[in-house]
Amino acid sequence: MTPRPAKRHNVLPGFGLSLGYTLFYLCLIVLIPLSAAFIRTSSLTWEQFWGIVTTPRVVASYQLTFGASLIGATINAVFGLIVAWVLVRYSFPGKRILDALVDLPFALPTAVAGIALTGLYAQNGWIGSLLAPYGIKVAFTQLGVIVALTFIGLPFVVRTVQPVIEDLERELEEAAASLGASRWQTFVNVILPVILPALLTGFALALARAIGEYGSVVFIAGNIPMKTEITPLLIITKLEQYDFVGATALAVVMLVISFCMLLVVNLLQWWANRRAGRES
Amino acid sequence: MAGAATSLAASTSAVAVPGRARKTAATDEHPAIKWLLIGLSVTFMVLFLIIPLVAVFCEAFRKGTDVYFAALVEPDAVSAIKLTLITAAIAVPLNLVFGVAAAWAIAKFDFRGKSVLITLIDLPFSVSPVVAGLIYVLVFGLQGWLGPWLQAHDLKVVFAVPGIILATIFVTFPFVARELIPLMAAQGNEEEEAALVLGASGWQTFWHVTLPNIKWGLLYGVILCNARAMGEFGAVSVVSGHVRGQTNTMPLHVEILYNEYQFAAAFAVASLLALLALVTLGLKSFIEWKTRREHEVLPLEAPREA
Repeated sequence: MTPRPAKRHNVLPGFGLSLGYTLFYLCLIVLIPLSAAFIRTSSLTWEQFWGIVTTPRVVASYQLTFGASLIGATINAVFGLIVAWVLVRYSFPGKRILDALVDLPFALPTAVAGIALTGLYAQNGWIGSLLAPYGIKVAFTQLGVIVALTFIGLPFVVRTVQPVIEDLERELEEAAASLGASRWQTFVNVILPVILPALLTGFALALARAIGEYGSVVFIAGNIPMKTEITPLLIITKLEQYDFVGATALAVVMLVISFCMLLVVNLLQWWANRRAGRES
Repeated sequence: MAGAATSLAASTSAVAVPGRARKTAATDEHPAIKWLLIGLSVTFMVLFLIIPLVAVFCEAFRKGTDVYFAALVEPDAVSAIKLTLITAAIAVPLNLVFGVAAAWAIAKFDFRGKSVLITLIDLPFSVSPVVAGLIYVLVFGLQGWLGPWLQAHDLKVVFAVPGIILATIFVTFPFVARELIPLMAAQGNEEEEAALVLGASGWQTFWHVTLPNIKWGLLYGVILCNARAMGEFGAVSVVSGHVRGQTNTMPLHVEILYNEYQFAAAFAVASLLALLALVTLGLKSFIEWKTRREHEVLPLEAPREA
């Protein structure tokens, strides 16, 4: 955001109305319903709460959710960086279409992605049948969860890293080259440090999205308790058994994790902005 | 938005401006590495994006066009399509009004706690869709705060259409606001101030000065908001109750058909949603192209004035 002129009388009307409506709508739609989860859980003692959120089945779901999300976000960090680099620096046929398609996971409803990936990676699917002879099963295994979470996290790294690569100063790379650095040395010592905050932000965004994801995972995961059951699914299972307290306790754990991720992302963006400000 | 827009701007300007067009080999990768990286990117994107997209349409038409169209005109599918359209028709305008109000307050005025407010507006993006649905069950469900009161007045929110709409509003809450805030902040207040000085009323200023300036950003936010509103699955799934023909949206209808092993029908309905995604991406690219063009014209004229 551009800095606005220092303290000056603002003649524009509508501040009270627009801010009032913003706060009213925010409370009504977001804050009050969210607080319901915390207030509901506060009726539990700490021991009861801890007991609910650390049963073996729940812990297994955390392990899968975080493990698969971490792997998915890591795959996206590596390939997202390559895709962003290729889209900015090279020209090749079909580039504009690829660039537009990067956002497909944002635009495609998660249920559609879920059934499409399940169909592809099932044993008789296009990709599943190619992997089956090697004994690799993707659909209805933990591998399937990773595939789905990689899909939905794909745009985050590309879209956060892409503008930073565009703003890279070619002169710095030329200077590095003229001082005798190889292309790889230039990349590691000159380019990567500039991209790093954006890359980490993209990674954190992809991770945060993957942890909460539900629609694309439920179809491909198979949802076997202790093995391929993600935490959001467990919340729904508890709800269907009318275990509102259990579902809400898990939701509070998920919310706390979301808030932590949001904090991390904000810190990373602050770091990225500060770095960008210092270098320009 | 800015990302993709500047990306293409950068790649075209690199060609257009002589002297920057062909860089020395020192800052280019070896052709083998270049094509390896392009190959990796294309393979990754074909594998994860293009094949799944193609698969949706192939599976949808696998049993022929008769089965495809039969799946779309079947009463349950029609009511799911209707409910999806109604939901989006209510959720998107509400978030649009909110987005404009929030952007006006945040971008045009200085006040304490602004960054906290921006973070709170973004909050729904970091909440799992399932949790988003659950919190509405906690407020409006039979076990919830307002449940007994709603039941006494014979009103149903959860496991009914109002719950679906509320959950959709929640998950699409930030789209318009987060698109407009940076845009309106970057444009500053000068044009509005000029209009006011010339005697325009506040609303006239908004309709004739602000709105034309933000129309593309607004449209961009609305398109993304609409795509998510029509495609939301997790949050809606929790509050819907899955009553066929009544509280099923298109994504929920896809799930039911799929779980009943009616794969061709499930993919037929899914193909409509995939089509919506493609239209969304197309419009998004169009708006990015449009705003980029407007931005490219400005810098050329600016030096002449100065």
